[in-house]
Amino acid sequence: MGGTTFILLLLIVGLSVVGWLSARVRAAMVAGRTASRLHSLPSYHGWYVALWVAIPALLFLAVWNNVTPALITNDVLATEAGSNLPQSGFERSAILGEARSVAVGDRPIVSNPAAGPLVTPYREAAGKYRIIGILATLALVLAGGIYAFTRIKPDFRARTRVERVVMLLLFAASLVAILTTFGIVLSLVFESLRFFALVSPAELLFGTNWKPTTGAPEPDTFGAIPLFWGTILIGAIIAMIVAIPIGLMSAIYLTQYAAPIVRSWVKPMLEILAGVPTVVYGYFAALTVAPAFRDFAAMLGVPNASTESALAAGVVMGIMIIPFVSSMADDSINAVPQAMRDGSLALGATSNETIRQVLIPAALPGVMGGILLAVSRAIGETMIVVMAAGLAANLTANPFASVTTVTAQIVKLLTGDQEFDSAKTLAAFALGLVLFIVTLLLNIVALRIVKKYREAYE
Amino acid sequence: MQGRIAARYAAERRFRWMGFGAVVMSGVFLAFLLFTMVGNGLRGFTYTSVTIPIDFAASPLTVGRDVFSAPDADQQIANAGLREIVDFAAEEALGTDGAALISENAWQVVRDALKADPDAANIRGEFSLPVASDIDIAAKDDGNAAAERAVATLKEKGLLSTGVHWSFFTRADATDPAVAGIWGALKGSVMTILIAFAVAFPTGVLAALYLEEYASRNRWTDFIEVSINNLAAVPSIIFGLLALSVFIQFFGICQASPLVGGLTLALMTMPVIVIASRNAIKSVPPSIRDAALGVGASPVQVVFHHVLPLALPGIMTGTIIGMARALGETAPLLLVGMRAFIGDVPSGFCSASTVLPMQIFLWSDQVDRGFVEKTSAAIIVLLIVLLSMNAIAIYLRNRFEKRW
Repeated sequence: MGGTTFILLLLIVGLSVVGWLSARVRAAMVAGRTASRLHSLPSYHGWYVALWVAIPALLFLAVWNNVTPALITNDVLATEAGSNLPQSGFERSAILGEARSVAVGDRPIVSNPAAGPLVTPYREAAGKYRIIGILATLALVLAGGIYAFTRIKPDFRARTRVERVVMLLLFAASLVAILTTFGIVLSLVFESLRFFALVSPAELLFGTNWKPTTGAPEPDTFGAIPLFWGTILIGAIIAMIVAIPIGLMSAIYLTQYAAPIVRSWVKPMLEILAGVPTVVYGYFAALTVAPAFRDFAAMLGVPNASTESALAAGVVMGIMIIPFVSSMADDSINAVPQAMRDGSLALGATSNETIRQVLIPAALPGVMGGILLAVSRAIGETMIVVMAAGLAANLTANPFASVTTVTAQIVKLLTGDQEFDSAKTLAAFALGLVLFIVTLLLNIVALRIVKKYREAYE
Repeated sequence: MQGRIAARYAAERRFRWMGFGAVVMSGVFLAFLLFTMVGNGLRGFTYTSVTIPIDFAASPLTVGRDVFSAPDADQQIANAGLREIVDFAAEEALGTDGAALISENAWQVVRDALKADPDAANIRGEFSLPVASDIDIAAKDDGNAAAERAVATLKEKGLLSTGVHWSFFTRADATDPAVAGIWGALKGSVMTILIAFAVAFPTGVLAALYLEEYASRNRWTDFIEVSINNLAAVPSIIFGLLALSVFIQFFGICQASPLVGGLTLALMTMPVIVIASRNAIKSVPPSIRDAALGVGASPVQVVFHHVLPLALPGIMTGTIIGMARALGETAPLLLVGMRAFIGDVPSGFCSASTVLPMQIFLWSDQVDRGFVEKTSAAIIVLLIVLLSMNAIAIYLRNRFEKRW
């Protein structure tokens, strides 16, 4: 069926091009000597005919391709051999599937004897519906083309109609964006509800023991507090301790002190830092940073220092977020009018007093919003923690120990062969839902803070 | 009074140095990262080989000459025992443990050479074979003691040579790091990004056009705008969950293929393109639109003939940056099944494949030390590609963007 569809698609495209060309010529002919008699340019008439040729045929083809498998199956079941099949279940669909693949040519011979007599009916039914499909498509193409062609007249409003189709296309494109949001929420909620039927939400959110096992969920194994704590320790505490001072001070230096040439070199450097993929950061953390920290911890005499430490992952994640914080702070500080800075300097304050007492308080909503967005980004980060922080669910305050985060556990729960319906797999969706809600709330709060507290200076 | 002023100036100097220090620290981090990667990875671009003679006249390959151009030549040649012939020749030339000194995929190099020149299968010839992974490490810096001894012996005999590892770019993944290459991952990346671009670019630009130009300002469009902004900030792994449950479970699209990977990345990149396009379209001044309407253009003509061409540089910049981000993404693709050893180059849009960042991730998990330099080399390639994409985007922005 795939080959036929492709040829039909080519045919439709080719015939629409033919329609476009001939409609243009006809429109010019119909206008006669004075082309200004036409309401629309000839090319719009061309597009009108091309759309009438293509769209009904394409819609029909889309519906037909989805409907034919069921029609063919019905035909096969109506034959004598088909009515002898078991009524329902796995074996019936296996036999039907085998007959179908032999008929299509994927497999040379049947292994199941019950599927043998079904092959010929399959071929006949498939052939019959293929011919019907081809004829119907050609009929639609010709009918659409002729109908549109006969409507070409000088005062025919082709452009209006074509533009209506264009607007519909634009609207459909915007719908895709909403559908994506709804798709995410719905799929997460749907699978999470299936999980919460097996394990209660209270246990997930407040339990402290994370040891998921395959098969039926045992009590007190899906407690996610260690994961939440790991996420907060790495993303919200350690990474922010690294990123906020460096990012904020870089932004202050770049906006207030740096010469333009320094700015023109440092900004691209920060953009490169932001553009490095997270896999590279994770590898860097696992290869260089984590062993160094482990040796440092061993030197300090810290017990339980592992190669996969929260500190390594947190520090590298902080480095990754520096450009984020820096650019947000940069934008907010730049948005404060020069008049405030000049006024403060005129009163005799030094630059750093101006920054600390005038500019930063004025830019504070933007900076706070930037920090919240940075936290949201750090919480959702996956690769660095998977590669450098390990998968041991540990509820500890020791930064040199190994902890795990929500995102790393999502990856671990879903890789590997397990059934899609097991509690382990569904737990990943529940964790994903929690992550989505938390980052959504952080983003909304960040934007709300910026909007509400931003002073309007002009 | 003077004391206080001096103290304030001192505080000012300290603050300024702190700011400078912060900038320098970021630079140091970046430099440290890049130097580590380049230092580890440059050796991944070279490889060590040993030249040994293989006498096909003495131990012939029992296949006819026309086998070399048959479609299943690889299978037939393998069945004819080429591997044993190569191992035997290695033992003749290098000693009793000669077979352990050459790579376990070395016979494939001989096979490819014979396929290119079938006449060589009848005579004695010299073949340059890749060495085993631990010999490779020993030759480059320091391996274990036995490997170092072997390297010393080979160097004395003058059989060892190093060269640029061009096949790194033409071979797919392998279990032996000496012959592993990134071509499979590169091709998978290109195919995935193509699909992501083909889906995300039209949808994103058309949605941005609609939202900016034609949509009326009501609660629905506000909701759409908020949801697109939020989508841009959602963690990328959530898109992987969406792809798993909707594309793979519900629609049954082929797993681990460029098709499903491209669709996932398209969903992730589309909000970025919409936001960048909206900014670019907003920056076109209303006077252009009014002038176009004044000369008699219809609303659709105003947008497509006047606004869109002027906003195109900004749109392209945002798209290239979004695509560069998508190229470096690993987390959503982990969940659609691309985390697997794929030993072949992907042939179609529905065949199992992997992408370059995922290949880096898979290699980083390997225990064999030879993979360390291969991973760093692959990281260098990825960084070069991404940096050039960003540089092109910035060049486009500086060259073509108009300030009204």
